[in-house]
Amino acid sequence: MRQPSRRTVLQGVAASGAVAALGAPPAIGQAQSRVVVIGGGFAGASCARALKQEDHNLAVTLVEPQTLYTACPFSNEVIAGLREIEAQQFTYDGVRRDGIEVVHQAATGVDHAARRVRLADGAEIEYARLVVAPGVDLRFDAIPGYSETAVEAMPHAWKAGGQTVLLRRQLAEMADGGTVVISSPPNPFRCPPGPYERASLIAHYLKLSKPKSKLIILDAKDQFSKQRLFQAAWQELYPGLIEWVSLSMGGRVTEVDPSTKTLITEFGNHEADVANVIPPQRAGAIAAMAGVADQTGWCPIDPVTFESKLQPGIHVIGDAAIGGAMPKSAFTANAQAKVCAAAVISLLRDRKPAEPKLINTCYSLVAPDYGISIAGVYRPKDGLLAEVEGAGGTSPLSAPASVRAAEAVYADSWFRTITGEVFA
Amino acid sequence: MRRELLLLAVLGVVAAMPVAAEAPAGATACAGCHAPAGRDLPVPTLSGRTPESIVADMQAFRSGSRPATVMDRIAKGFSDGETRAIANWLASKDHASAKP
Ligand SMILES: Cc1cc2nc3c(=O)[nH]c(=O)nc-3n(C[C@H](O)[C@H](O)[C@H](O)COP(=O)(O)OP(=O)(O)OC[C@H]3O[C@@H](n4cnc5c(N)ncnc54)[C@H](O)[C@@H]3O)c2cc1C
Ligand code: HEC
Repeated sequence: MRQPSRRTVLQGVAASGAVAALGAPPAIGQAQSRVVVIGGGFAGASCARALKQEDHNLAVTLVEPQTLYTACPFSNEVIAGLREIEAQQFTYDGVRRDGIEVVHQAATGVDHAARRVRLADGAEIEYARLVVAPGVDLRFDAIPGYSETAVEAMPHAWKAGGQTVLLRRQLAEMADGGTVVISSPPNPFRCPPGPYERASLIAHYLKLSKPKSKLIILDAKDQFSKQRLFQAAWQELYPGLIEWVSLSMGGRVTEVDPSTKTLITEFGNHEADVANVIPPQRAGAIAAMAGVADQTGWCPIDPVTFESKLQPGIHVIGDAAIGGAMPKSAFTANAQAKVCAAAVISLLRDRKPAEPKLINTCYSLVAPDYGISIAGVYRPKDGLLAEVEGAGGTSPLSAPASVRAAEAVYADSWFRTITGEVFA
Repeated sequence: MRRELLLLAVLGVVAAMPVAAEAPAGATACAGCHAPAGRDLPVPTLSGRTPESIVADMQAFRSGSRPATVMDRIAKGFSDGETRAIANWLASKDHASAKP
């Protein structure tokens, strides 16, 4: 039963390579049902694996340009010098071992009528259903002065990799007494507590290594995730070191000047020694090319199946999707991926997908041994994912150090578990 | 070539395994924190547990009689019926993935 399917996949790869070289791209895979997943991050790689696990006769192709995935969770520890970037990096060997075809190309378009995904090398792959999971794109049209070339002087470090290492190096090279400025974007964006975890861990580094320095957060919001917990912890661990400037206090950055590392707000200019600009975001570009992103830049989905509300047969998961009450996190991406995989299989078998429930938990480290979390349980309601009332919430505002230490340990345990499930 | 054969052999084993029933609502999310057996991580594995003991723990987390860092907040999101379905599925998965 399943040996022919494996052969089809292998032939598919061979054919694609050979004919692409001749310049006449064919479709990979025909008779058998194939699900194509675009994007091999927490959402896409989890979904590909869950699909194959639920039905090993199903042909699954994962399209991802990079051969090495660099995970964002815990990358703030890399920036603060607490961890090396290699600990964030994962190959697709494990995914491939499951019998999933991994194609290291960028998807460049979708032909809805023919149900085909186009790849950068010109090849095309036919799908029975398509899952789009490209994560976010940073918007370089949102803050005047913040262009793709400005990221060298003012790193975003919001996609882990070279940017993460660059921000770490800039901090290491900064003189004691310097000013670090982080600009935090408006909602919605990837990892709502992330900028504040980053501020905390940079403060930890400054306190130990450059105690005369200070850190300013310029915020485009008046509230942020786990705010009371973060602010109480800053008071306790880093008194006077972190200044948070809210939207109504003039925190919104309206322009930047990379040549002088200046961040401009309606209330004045901030000259930084190290400037970390986290710009506004939207779904990865392929989402718009596939016709699944709306005017907000994000992708509306059915909360039961994650099928696009704009294009039947295409599902969107992870950061790119409009998750309703679910924040954009790796935990969310992985949980959505598994629900989506089950729904895709039900739909391929002409069965009604079951009503799901999902969980999210975001851990943040305020210091290496001080963890806090926010959790939620979600279900479909009125066409969106809504929080189950009475469940979820944040860690308690006051708790003994032993509880904070336990949550830091559980945070690390979570990272090892989830990356094991997605990539090992 | 040898890797290809090995791969086919491994897949052959996978093909021979019984398939677990469809996961009930919420069940697949537990694996975000709870790893399969054999990894020895701080968050305990749920593998090898009886459905009854999982249900009892979840009820204790929900009522607050068992202190927790996060499970109290998660357990409150599931009814008794949902919790039991999840516990049964987790145990059935153990059975499905047991080594031949
Ligand atoms: C500093 C920081 C800290 C964070 N900490 C946490 C945390 O503690 N916990 C947590 O749960 N989350 C955390 N997150 C959030 C988490 O990283 C994201 O929510 C998660 O990566 C989303 O997964 P995704 O698969 O949707 O997107 P991604 O992980 O970005 O994956 C998308 C993939 O799609 C690929 N792709 C894009 N376009 C194409 C295309 N056209 N064709 C093919 N492939 C394409 C990309 O190369 C990429 O590999 C953090 C994020 C940051 C920035
Ligand atoms: C965010 C991570 C996380 C998620 C998601 C999660 N757990 Fe837990 N679980 C924990 C932690 C941490 C503990 C230890 C108790 C505590 O501090 O909350 C635990 C403990 C448990 C225990 C007790 C185990 C023992 O041996 O003592 C059970 C049972 C359990 N969880 C079941 C579940 C079920 C069922 C789900 C899914 C509905 C789930 N958990 C989802 C983190 C998680």
